[in-house]
This record gives sequence, structure tokens and C-alpha cells, in this order.
Amino acid sequence: MSAEPRPLVAVAVFPGSNDDRDAARALDLLGARAERVWHTEEQLPDGTAAVVLPGGFSYGDYLRCGAIARFSPIMAAIRSFAAGGGLVLGICNGFQILTEAGLLPGVLRPNASLRFVCRDVPLVVERGDLPFTSRCVEGRTLTIPVKHGDGCWFAGDELLAELEAERQVVLRYAAGSNPNGAVADVAGVCNADGNVFGLMPHPEHAVDPMLGATDGASILGSLVDAARLSVGAVV
Amino acid sequence: MLVRPKPGILDPQGQAVESSLRHLGFDVSDARVGRVVDVELATDDPAEARAQLERMCEQLLANPLIESYSVSLGEPADGT
Repeated sequence: MSAEPRPLVAVAVFPGSNDDRDAARALDLLGARAERVWHTEEQLPDGTAAVVLPGGFSYGDYLRCGAIARFSPIMAAIRSFAAGGGLVLGICNGFQILTEAGLLPGVLRPNASLRFVCRDVPLVVERGDLPFTSRCVEGRTLTIPVKHGDGCWFAGDELLAELEAERQVVLRYAAGSNPNGAVADVAGVCNADGNVFGLMPHPEHAVDPMLGATDGASILGSLVDAARLSVGAVV
Repeated sequence: MLVRPKPGILDPQGQAVESSLRHLGFDVSDARVGRVVDVELATDDPAEARAQLERMCEQLLANPLIESYSVSLGEPADGT
């Protein structure tokens, strides 16, 4: 691993983000070079090969989760990075921001239980062919923790049917394990081009055997692999 | 500006409120919880004010996937 180049992964930090350090640490552990980028920056660092929007409570979750963070200056840079095919991963609050920004379909709503949930959940991998899931096996189950109060992914019937047809549902809570009431047990979705992905579970909290789970490395490790490949392709 | 969950959208907060109201003895059903946002505008032109408020709802205050909105004009700073 040490001989391979370490691709630069930018971790966007908003006021109220609180998983940015965990995300950066996990990415470093998996062979990337993570750099935390404050939300007022108007550009991503030179050589950015992928972007992660971490978990937390940006802007205090005021109005709707992610609704205000999407106007941060760094979001314009991330939007154009994504438009150029750049890899963007949103975790939890990052997922909420990406849906509010219109970069991912659907919306995250308060959990149906109205309770904050914090536990390991089994997730079925629906897509193993994305830059975010190349280390995963389709149909297999990953166990990764969730911790959120607003993780109930929602899309209307028409949008959901379209996403299912286009295979944009990437991760689903295993049958009977839906922690938040998300429609169709959706835990993570990607955009039509497959270069933007958001999920409610926290892979960055599941990369170290000392903390009891390592399945998160399948997701973040895939991203690091893809970022490493994209360094050669993107100037 | 009044923003509220669209019909048919699960509203767990409304359900919790409805349950509490029932505990208090009120015979209610289908409680929904929305949000009121009051602002003071610089313009005196009602048409312009209404247009601005609608843009605020569309760009920020309401998520069109799950929420509808309505706007109304009143007198500023009268405490009501």
C-alpha cells in the first residue's frame, strides 16, 4: 500500500460538521491523503481526486438538514467538480446536503420514529460496479453503524420507480432492519452518472478492527482506489 | 410564508402532536405540522413583495419534493 500514490481526497468542513476528522483519518488509513477544506473556500485544493462531505449537523440542522450548507462557497466548487465527473461521497449530513443541493435524488426526512438511532445496521449492496463499491460484492451484506435523527430517505412513487429502473439505489437496509422508515429501505443512492453517492450509514466509523467493524473500508477503500485511478485521468 | 408537508407525506411530528392532543381529550385527526416564516421586506410594492416571498420559498424555505407553501402579506412590526 505504501508504494502506491496517495490520492488527495478533500473533506469539506461546514460549521457543525463533526465527522470530518474521522473521515480524514479513515481515508488516510486506507491509503489516501485527506485534506480538510473549510466551507468558505471557493476552490478545492489543486489535485483533488475525490471529495467527501462528512457527517455532522451543519448549520445546526436549521430549516431542514443540509438546506443551508448547500449555499456555502465550497459547494459551488463541489458542484462543478461533480459536473466534470469528479467523485463525490456524502455521508449522513453530507448525504443530506447533496440531496438539498440537487446533486442526489430524494430528500432525508425526520426518522419515522422521531427518535435518534445509533446502532450497527446490516446493508445489502445493490451495486458493486460503482467507484464507491468496487471492493463490495453485489448482494452481500455489510454491517456499518448509523447515527442520525433525519435519515428517512423519501422519494415519490414516480421518482422511486425511475431510480429503481436506473439502478441508482446502491445500498438498502437489510429486510427488517430499516432504522428510520426510509422508502424502499433505501440507505444510499447515486446520481445518474454514478459519480456522486450518498449514504446515511457511517463507513468512516467502521474501518478499524479495534472499533468492532471494518465493513466501512469496503466503501471508503473503493473510493480511494477510484481516486487513485482518476489522478492519472484528471489534470 | 407558510410551509407545510404535502398531503400524503408521512409527518411523524404531526402524528406525535395528534397523539398528544388526543391524550388531552381533543377529538382530532390528521394533525400536520408546518412552519411559519415572517420577514420584513424593504419594498412597499405588494406584487414585488409577493414575488420575492415566492422566490424565497422556492429557493430555500420549502423543499418541493415534500413541502408546499403559501405566502401572505401583512403590516410590518405590529407584533402580530
